[in-house]
Amino acid sequence: MFELKKVYIVGIGLTKVGRHFDKGLKDLFAEAAWKAIEDAGNVDVEALVVGNETSSSLQDQDNLGAYLVYYCGLGKIPAWRAEAACGSGGAAVLTGYSLVASGLYDIVMVGGVEKLTDARTQDVAWALAKAAEAEYEAFYGASFASLNALIMKYYMDKYNVSRDEISEWPILMHENASQNPYAHLRFKVNREFVNKSRVIAYPLRLLDSSPISDGAAALILASEDVARKLTDTPILIAGVGAATDDIYIASRERLDSLMATILASQKAYKMAKVEPSSIDVAEVHDAFSILGILNLEDLGFAKKGEAAKLLYNGSFRPGDKPTVNPSGGLKARGHPVGATGVYQVAEVAMQLRGDFPGIKVSGAEVGLAQNIGGVGAFASVIILKR
Amino acid sequence: MVKLISPARIWREKKAHYMLEGLRCKKCNSILYPPRPVCNKCSSRDLEPIRLPHEGKLISYTILHDTPYGFRSYAPLIIGIVELTNGVRVLATLTDVSSEEIRVGMEVEAVLRKIHDQGEYGPIAYALKFRPKIKSKSR
Repeated sequence: MFELKKVYIVGIGLTKVGRHFDKGLKDLFAEAAWKAIEDAGNVDVEALVVGNETSSSLQDQDNLGAYLVYYCGLGKIPAWRAEAACGSGGAAVLTGYSLVASGLYDIVMVGGVEKLTDARTQDVAWALAKAAEAEYEAFYGASFASLNALIMKYYMDKYNVSRDEISEWPILMHENASQNPYAHLRFKVNREFVNKSRVIAYPLRLLDSSPISDGAAALILASEDVARKLTDTPILIAGVGAATDDIYIASRERLDSLMATILASQKAYKMAKVEPSSIDVAEVHDAFSILGILNLEDLGFAKKGEAAKLLYNGSFRPGDKPTVNPSGGLKARGHPVGATGVYQVAEVAMQLRGDFPGIKVSGAEVGLAQNIGGVGAFASVIILKR
Repeated sequence: MVKLISPARIWREKKAHYMLEGLRCKKCNSILYPPRPVCNKCSSRDLEPIRLPHEGKLISYTILHDTPYGFRSYAPLIIGIVELTNGVRVLATLTDVSSEEIRVGMEVEAVLRKIHDQGEYGPIAYALKFRPKIKSKSR
């Protein structure tokens, strides 16, 4: 088998996550793309892979690669969209990684962009519901939140998990995000506020849900020779893994685990030659509180059924190993859907470089980013090393 | 935005939507629902239609308040995962039951109902929903 080339992150660019009424999809992406290019020392990129879920539904725009290259003035480089619902960002990073690891290109931009706030909330929900099985889930009226709620109810019943234990997730995420200048929701919340928030799909409440966010993120990936010339702090992409599980959740072997995360992480841990216990910092995909809890177990940070209790008793906070979602996670950093996976990798890379502008995980050597598409129908896990 | 109902698309899946017809793998005996052309356990393509039981019990549910387009009049919509008597699990909407009555473990049975429509003159999508099992019915 031919050997993969080493791939490094040499440039990072992010926009603030939030409601950018003054910026369109192309404006957001251009801001992130040019920040990343400058961060990498004004390099010429050879290709672009962009993660996005809803431009077709909400912005009437397909052919996103060509569209963004044109508006960002990136020349005539090859460019296309990677789509795996809310897992599009991770899929874009994996695709870009492969382009450099294969030796086809030396410098590739991977990005993610999502523009949701031009649409009404109902229309955003309509667009996001396309992540589910169209003919056997969405057809029956299942929204994205309701499918997550089914998993949440099942998990809470099976492991006797309380509302207060679940609420600890959004409380911690908001606390972390309050120090992150890129975050969408920079305010703290208490247990009463979470527990009394509006029910969207019982038992799932508004404060269990990530917000509707706009945002764009970009990374410059480079081969080893190029990376060494560009920066003193290249971050190695040490392991990657991705997997799918039944898109129709009812037919899955398990409803209390996301098998795609387990399979993706096993592959990434093996490739990076690390164990879950080696991870200093993790950014995990908590579109809803229940996913945050499941991720801790599926990634090997907690035993099955114990994550909520560990969290409630004070684990996974800044200073712990791993520190989970110092950015505030999807819950409070925000969830610019197809960009989220790229934000996560960027945030972990910044932690390893030591220049993350929010809560710092000091001395972090190994970090992990986990991104999910649908209710665990797709998952990617990317492990970075300093 | 309007969710477009395509009669042809529903017609193609009619046996599953109207009769809970899945496929049984002749090689490893797995049951595929929704039906798909290859067994996901053993990759065999030697499959035969099988009518799934129309009774089962509820193993999880949610009460959806923010219903999608075409489902506003059904709010709150109760959606569940039903484990049929042969162990196959299906996603289904619940009917003839209130938010207060719904319970995990509840015995339910399939009944043909309207799922959603597309305005006064548009097509109507029908399929099976599940309701609490009527006790007097012989087993």
